[in-house]
Amino acid sequence: MKIVACVKRVPTTETQAKVAADGTSLDTTGVQYMLSFYDEIAVEKAVQVKEAAGGEVTVLSLGPVDGTKEMRECLAKGADRVVLVKDEQWHTRDARATARVLADQIRALGADLVFFGRVATDRDNAAVGPMVATMLGMACVTDVVEFELDGTNVTAKRESEAGIETYTLSTPAVITCQKGLAEPRYAGLKGIMAAKKKPLDEVECAVEANQVEVKNLALPPARSAGRIVGEGAAAVPALLDALRNEAKVL
Amino acid sequence: MSTIVVFVEQVGGAPRRSGLEALGAARGVADSVVAVVTGEGAESAAGALGTHGADKAVVVGGAGTCPDALATDVANACKEHSAKAFLAAATGAGRDLAPRVAAQLDCTLFSDCTALEKSGDGFTVQRPWLAGKLVATLGSTAPVLCATLRRNTFPVTERGGKAEVVQVSGTTDFKAVLKDVAAKTGGSLDVSEAPVVVSGGRGMQAPENFKLIEDLAAAFGNAAVGASRAVVDMGWRPHGEQVGQTGKTVSPQLYVAVGISGAIQHLAGMKTAKVIVAINKDPEAPIFKLADYGIVGDAFEVLPALTAAVQELRKQG
Repeated sequence: MKIVACVKRVPTTETQAKVAADGTSLDTTGVQYMLSFYDEIAVEKAVQVKEAAGGEVTVLSLGPVDGTKEMRECLAKGADRVVLVKDEQWHTRDARATARVLADQIRALGADLVFFGRVATDRDNAAVGPMVATMLGMACVTDVVEFELDGTNVTAKRESEAGIETYTLSTPAVITCQKGLAEPRYAGLKGIMAAKKKPLDEVECAVEANQVEVKNLALPPARSAGRIVGEGAAAVPALLDALRNEAKVL
Repeated sequence: MSTIVVFVEQVGGAPRRSGLEALGAARGVADSVVAVVTGEGAESAAGALGTHGADKAVVVGGAGTCPDALATDVANACKEHSAKAFLAAATGAGRDLAPRVAAQLDCTLFSDCTALEKSGDGFTVQRPWLAGKLVATLGSTAPVLCATLRRNTFPVTERGGKAEVVQVSGTTDFKAVLKDVAAKTGGSLDVSEAPVVVSGGRGMQAPENFKLIEDLAAAFGNAAVGASRAVVDMGWRPHGEQVGQTGKTVSPQLYVAVGISGAIQHLAGMKTAKVIVAINKDPEAPIFKLADYGIVGDAFEVLPALTAAVQELRKQG
């Protein structure tokens, strides 16, 4: 079974965002990077499926050469190889341009199963996974919290406002991973040593122009200063009064 | 003449409010608005959409159980009407559908938009980046602007008007098929759509103490329970309740944070709430910098008093 886990390098969630002097991009001075939180789940699930059903896990990313650090971590956690499509402008690409590059690579790899994080925690579009599935004509379930594979048959449970939806589908398929699907493992010393010998292919690939034009980037309007209405249970009447008569939300 | 196609979710014949908000957003910037509805009860839902801004309602038969087929049907509606934009609410269903429709139209996607305006021949949108730490104003060169809209953000249009209702039989090329929906217990509201959210954090000290949070939510009547990442990671609460950068982004009318210090990742997920109340023992907790109203105190003492007071208030009507 050929399994692909797609990952993106994003600013850490601790990042205090600042706008660059051009007014349309993130000031990346001092910004630390990590794999997007949900992509770690995608890698873990891909490795778990390989361990149960056999096969090979390829980690695929559109990203900067600096990102090889995060890619090596994926290898240490059980992935077999990495394909890094080198792109120093990866963070400015729109969902369509990114999906097109990844879809081409996945087609070339001949993947049976493709795992994505449900959303990348930088642009928060939650679009690339289902877009890739559509481009490749693959079945796709998003926000998956439970996944079972039996031969080529997949049962996937998805979390929505309505509750838990159960889907049946066949491989080849794209799954986007929600928290709860798998708990990412720690890379042990053995894994870290093994990772050094695993292939990490850096490839070049043309990326299509964005359809998104950033006109302006700004910090959100600051909330006006609030106030402490009091201490302990004695403050409850003052709070209710404020909610009712001042904020008018009750 | 610009036409916008809007996917409107409906449950048992009643359109969801988030779908009506999307219709309202479309009405504000389009000459003509076409709604697409599907699933059991779609026909009666379609009939009601004229008063909320739809000129036409397309009822798609059969696709309610298959997301990829529905995407094909919606993309076909966009092509047939030469739509300049496709909109859906940023709900679980909308966020699943929209990228597939966008890909079929060879367009990119603008997710979770908080503003939509006309700009020359096209549109400008606003949407959060980095979970709301930044607000981006974006133009589009896509042939069709495909966007999902944040809930509780766009107004619902009320007008006289009837929508022309058209039936189409959807595609039957199903790739993934919905077999079953296990509804949530007690019909409780999802944290991302409730008008009031009561969230608990580490300050609740133990999972059983969330009973106090649930009691306050029940007292409000229209509230959902939320949680910080810390308590979800400890297994005290299900991850569906997590508010923050790696959980859900919420914009309720009222957000009550109890025993939550206010890590930057949590604040990113709730700072667009209309009114924020914080209850925390630590007067230095960062949550107080964001809160409109704060009570410094022990949650175990404040919560029962607040619950009783809210119950009393509601009894008085």
